[in-house]
Amino acid sequence: MSRMGAEALTVPPAPSSPKAAPEGAAGAIDVSAKRIRREHLGQLLKSWSFRIGGAVLLFWIVCAIFGQAISPYGPLDQNLLLVNAGPSGAHWFGTDSLGRDVLSRVIVGSRDILVIAPIATLLGTALGAAVGLVQGYFGGVVDNLVGRVVEAVLALPVIIVAFLFVVAAGPSTSTLIIVIGVVFALLISRTVRTAVLQERELDYVAAARLRDESSVHIMFVEILPNVLGPIVVEFTVRLGYAIFTVATLSFLGFGVQPPTPDWGADIAANSGYLAAGYWWETLFPALAIASLVVAVNLVSDSIEAVVNQ
Amino acid sequence: MARYVVKRLALALLTLFLLSIIIFFAGQILPGNPGRAILGPFAAQSAVRALDHQLGLDRPLVVQYWSWIWDALHGNLGTSYEYRAPVSSFLVPALGRSLKLAVVAFVIVVPLGILGGVVAALKRGKMIDRVITVTGLSLSTVPEFVSGIVLIVLLAIVTKVLPVTADAPPGSSFPTQLRYLILPAIPLVFILFGYIARMARAGTIEALDSDYARTAVLKGLPRRVVIWRHILRNSLLPTITVIATQTGYLIGGLVVVEDLFNYPGLGRLIFTAATDKDFPMLEAGVLVIGVVYLAATLIADIVYTVLNPRIRLGGSDQ
Repeated sequence: MSRMGAEALTVPPAPSSPKAAPEGAAGAIDVSAKRIRREHLGQLLKSWSFRIGGAVLLFWIVCAIFGQAISPYGPLDQNLLLVNAGPSGAHWFGTDSLGRDVLSRVIVGSRDILVIAPIATLLGTALGAAVGLVQGYFGGVVDNLVGRVVEAVLALPVIIVAFLFVVAAGPSTSTLIIVIGVVFALLISRTVRTAVLQERELDYVAAARLRDESSVHIMFVEILPNVLGPIVVEFTVRLGYAIFTVATLSFLGFGVQPPTPDWGADIAANSGYLAAGYWWETLFPALAIASLVVAVNLVSDSIEAVVNQ
Repeated sequence: MARYVVKRLALALLTLFLLSIIIFFAGQILPGNPGRAILGPFAAQSAVRALDHQLGLDRPLVVQYWSWIWDALHGNLGTSYEYRAPVSSFLVPALGRSLKLAVVAFVIVVPLGILGGVVAALKRGKMIDRVITVTGLSLSTVPEFVSGIVLIVLLAIVTKVLPVTADAPPGSSFPTQLRYLILPAIPLVFILFGYIARMARAGTIEALDSDYARTAVLKGLPRRVVIWRHILRNSLLPTITVIATQTGYLIGGLVVVEDLFNYPGLGRLIFTAATDKDFPMLEAGVLVIGVVYLAATLIADIVYTVLNPRIRLGGSDQ
């Protein structure tokens, strides 16, 4: 399924897109949820992509938690006698244009991205699920109106929408979280809406209506648990894309501000030295981002495979 | 068929109208007063007010929106605050340069992606299928500037196969210009390859499993003929849509790639306009992106309909 949003955000109405098929109905057959969950976990642990991705992800989480405690130098410590020095025994990843240890900055730089991306994705999933539930459940005018606005905003690339918002609000951690959360909510609402449309026709919803339950109750207590499958998949898939987006916004200068170590910002700050041959200052943060996004996607892909089978 | 096209066109125009409203009012939320931004922090308040009046910024928002959209429909996209010149005189050349880069990326990725997807489908479950799928998946998740950096290090610095910048020296021949555009195009190719290959693979597998493919095989047609005449035709339909819808993504990717390679295209123009708070430039640039995207999806939908008799004759559009 869509790994990056760019595809999902542009689903045209006409073609029979196979990926739009909702998995919602699967959740309706509830044979002891606990047992299913345990089986899922067992299958996950057996999959190689989950093991490798999980190991890399765990490594970066450890770096993010311990940061300075495990980095060889302080990420802001400058050694002006050793500027733009290549990788050596003392500085494995070399030093940057201000004489700071690149390895230490890579280790500590994992923190912000690993805080911002998951929180933003969580916010986006919660908001998107709520909007999708309302759209799918009420249908009609509400659905059309919200759908049109979502369509219009998503006619722009996610990165551009995000950076316009950040320019308006000024770059800060909370802005990044809110902006990415809101944009992702638009993407996620579509998937949830499709799933809810299927659920809405089922007997248990009709029964709840006959019991005179409130709309809020039907949406969040009756329907929500049955569309959790696609929502979980959305969360894990979007998490990889959130890391992509946070890194890109930082690179463009709309994220974490210097001198705080940050992979994207460090690459932007040092890419000018590439032509001079000082490749280690940008290559190592770049490899860090690459390893993190690929790891997250390996994990989300194996989760998706298990949930959807 | 005609009704379908008209309906799609009307829908696209409605979306564009909504988008223009969103862009315009988003521009109003951006902090900073344009008159103040142009005249600088030391200008007298009365001068700022006079300039705001001259720019028409003291009129009601609805009136401002209407005159903006009316001028835009007549080809006048406004005057840049930063350069004091018509926005279109910057927008058009930038759009041309971005288009050049995008075309190079598409020319590389479309055949490659389709080939990869079809090969993966024909060798379903084999090693090569796994390799193509996992590679495509991994490449499509890595941000463009990350793969761009790795490529610069490998191709421009270590091996010196390609130039580091994207913009060829003025007056260069076409092949030279092309050579300069290959390196910046590869990060875009990386991202798109996975999508196109995945769609082509899914489409081919669906076609391979279909009754008509089995009939063709049982009829005694050689495998090669079945693949070319029966399978590819059907499997490539969804791929067309993906290619069109990826135009939207591509423009987002251009912002990043153009920034990294210092290439003065549309992405860089919008980026600079946003950081300079040059609203007319920003609004026009974003509107152009929306138009390009909606046009691309509309064309894709129509092409899809023309090629697919099931929709052409059935008339379902949802």
